[in-house]
Amino acid sequence: MTSAPPFAPPPSATPPELDRPRTITAPATRGDLVFRGVLRLAGYSVFAIMGMIAFFLLVRGTDAFRATGWSFLTTQAWHPSAHVFGIAAVLPDGILIALVALVFAVPVSLAAALFISEYAPVRLRRALVTMVDLMAAVPSIIYGLWGFFFLQQRILGVVRWMALHLGGILPFLKVRTGDIGTSYTSSTFIAGLVVALMITPIITSLSREVFSQAPQGEREGAYALGSTRWGMVRTVVLPFGRGGVIGAVMLGFGRAMGETIAVALIISPSFKFTGHILEAGANSISALIALQFSESDGLALSALMAAGLVLFAVTLVVNVLAGIVVNRSRSGAATAD
Amino acid sequence: MTTQSIGPEGDTTVTTVQLTGSSAPAAPAPVPQAVERRRRLGGVTRAEAGTLLAALAGSLALDWLLYERLLPFSGAQGFLGLWYLLFLGFSYALGIVQWPRLMVRERIVTLVAWSSGLLLAFLIVEQLVFLTMRGLHAAEHGNFFTQTMARTSAVSPITSGGALHAVIGSLEQIGLATLFAVPLGIAAAVFMSEVGGRTARPVRTLVEAMTALPSIVAGLFVLGVVILGFGFEASGFAASIALTVMMMPIVTRAAEVVIRLVPGTLREASYALGGSQWRTVLNVVLPTARPGLATAVILGMARGIGETSPVLLTAGVTSGMNSNPFAGHQMSLPLYIWTYVRQPYPSMIARGFAAGLTLMAMVLVLFVVARLIGGRRPGDLSARQRRRLARQAAAR
Repeated sequence: MTSAPPFAPPPSATPPELDRPRTITAPATRGDLVFRGVLRLAGYSVFAIMGMIAFFLLVRGTDAFRATGWSFLTTQAWHPSAHVFGIAAVLPDGILIALVALVFAVPVSLAAALFISEYAPVRLRRALVTMVDLMAAVPSIIYGLWGFFFLQQRILGVVRWMALHLGGILPFLKVRTGDIGTSYTSSTFIAGLVVALMITPIITSLSREVFSQAPQGEREGAYALGSTRWGMVRTVVLPFGRGGVIGAVMLGFGRAMGETIAVALIISPSFKFTGHILEAGANSISALIALQFSESDGLALSALMAAGLVLFAVTLVVNVLAGIVVNRSRSGAATAD
Repeated sequence: MTTQSIGPEGDTTVTTVQLTGSSAPAAPAPVPQAVERRRRLGGVTRAEAGTLLAALAGSLALDWLLYERLLPFSGAQGFLGLWYLLFLGFSYALGIVQWPRLMVRERIVTLVAWSSGLLLAFLIVEQLVFLTMRGLHAAEHGNFFTQTMARTSAVSPITSGGALHAVIGSLEQIGLATLFAVPLGIAAAVFMSEVGGRTARPVRTLVEAMTALPSIVAGLFVLGVVILGFGFEASGFAASIALTVMMMPIVTRAAEVVIRLVPGTLREASYALGGSQWRTVLNVVLPTARPGLATAVILGMARGIGETSPVLLTAGVTSGMNSNPFAGHQMSLPLYIWTYVRQPYPSMIARGFAAGLTLMAMVLVLFVVARLIGGRRPGDLSARQRRRLARQAAAR
């Protein structure tokens, strides 16, 4: 577009400075200023709340940090009365639970999101969206009840088969504690399964949203070129929604890290990180806090606060990153490449 | 909602209606019926249905053979999982002998999409059924809703003891939390959408991060500040502050979405009439968005009422009635479940499940109410409102 614009303004008699748009300044009334101030305060209260959470967890956890120093990050034990405690076992174990959850939740969620946005009959869609929302509204303790009293006994056969037959090939599936029923229960794997169920609606609804925003013109273009529906999904919907899906998965990960009650109901706490996900015994920071809280005071409580601060920091970083990714994909930047 | 270009039959009928709806009814041309038959674009052909059934039956048979006779498998879940994989394999094999590869791939993907949707539906129904079956054992006795656990021990029969104190506690805590969270949340939402400015974006990002704040951290925070810092005892009030921290970002996010949907022309009309900003927001924007705001509030309540871990750290456990949220420990339904299902007595576990059923019923009621109120765009009228307007117009 280097050529001159076709409609250049004709050399007119009016001097050009009269053509300039006037700047309009609307003086805000006093009521408006007060109103905006109040709203601003409410908006900034978010900063205040999050800042206070970080500050008070830090203050309350200082005793614990002082008692252990850097070994807080490297100790695989929890004996506050003996001044020996750390998160070297519970943090990676919690991450492992979240990863197991993602392994199961991501494929199901993406397929379900595609189903709702692309494949389901139009009449069914609203009902399906409502159903996913309802799944997200089910309290976590209900998921915990279901996982502990229903899923656990029924999944044992599969778990045992995986341990016995796949354990030889994939060492992290091995169970070294013998072949009785209780050596397969209360494991990272089962906790991860339940958490997978809890993060599925989150990932599903976010991905469905970005999938349904894929541009109509490109969809029709794909069809016009003779594409099948799957071809259209693969070449239009999925590339368009990639950023949003990544963000959704990260948000799911953050949620899985912070999941408390369902995990605390299912696991039997262990303070040794083994990496064997099918073995009985698992832990996460949030479950540790929920289970240890009632018998903690003084230094023990301070230790829980310190662990809570670590959890807060990790989830905050994951969630903020995810939020940025999702927002960027919403504004259409993901289609630039 | 997007409309599909190649959609189900609905699209074509709409077009025909529009064509025949024109003013001059043209004389119907003598079209030979046999030639001009409309082609079916969607739907399932007989060959497809047959393939599907054959794949289902064949995979079931092979699954049974493998599972029960040949390989060392056990467990119903494994049986179903293997059946599903075999079913996909069978569908592919049966398809590839009839149709081109591209079509078969399309069918397989459709099958996977349908089955994952069905899986989600199955899971939620299974949970509800499971909870109802286990919960009815205690909840079917009227005493569960009229008594507390003050005079009930582990060996007491199921016809004694109940969760009245937990229901009262839950309602009071969620009421207080709503009282705190809703003004704050809606004000923050109005700030982001109406005032804006450079700080609106970081506020939004932080609100989104706060939505995913681990609930146990909210509990720890209130424990550290309100209980250890200010020296309050664990009470329903402390729990409601923890719930506020959890509910406020949910209300904010949902409310902001609704406020943004309010048409800009309404705001401009208000400004053109000389309204100031706060008049515009209070008299035009918020009333227009009212149904959506109500939905936001109720969804926040539905989330808050089921939160266990903040309550666990801040409310304290009691087996007796305490209807004063500002003094003394106060039970709530999630805490009741958490306390009693971990005891090794069957009757206590049954009571926990009954409380779970009660909690789920409350969440469901809130959810349904939210759907009934919301679901319309701001400014859209409900059927009743439209009828009322029509009546007024007729009377004039």
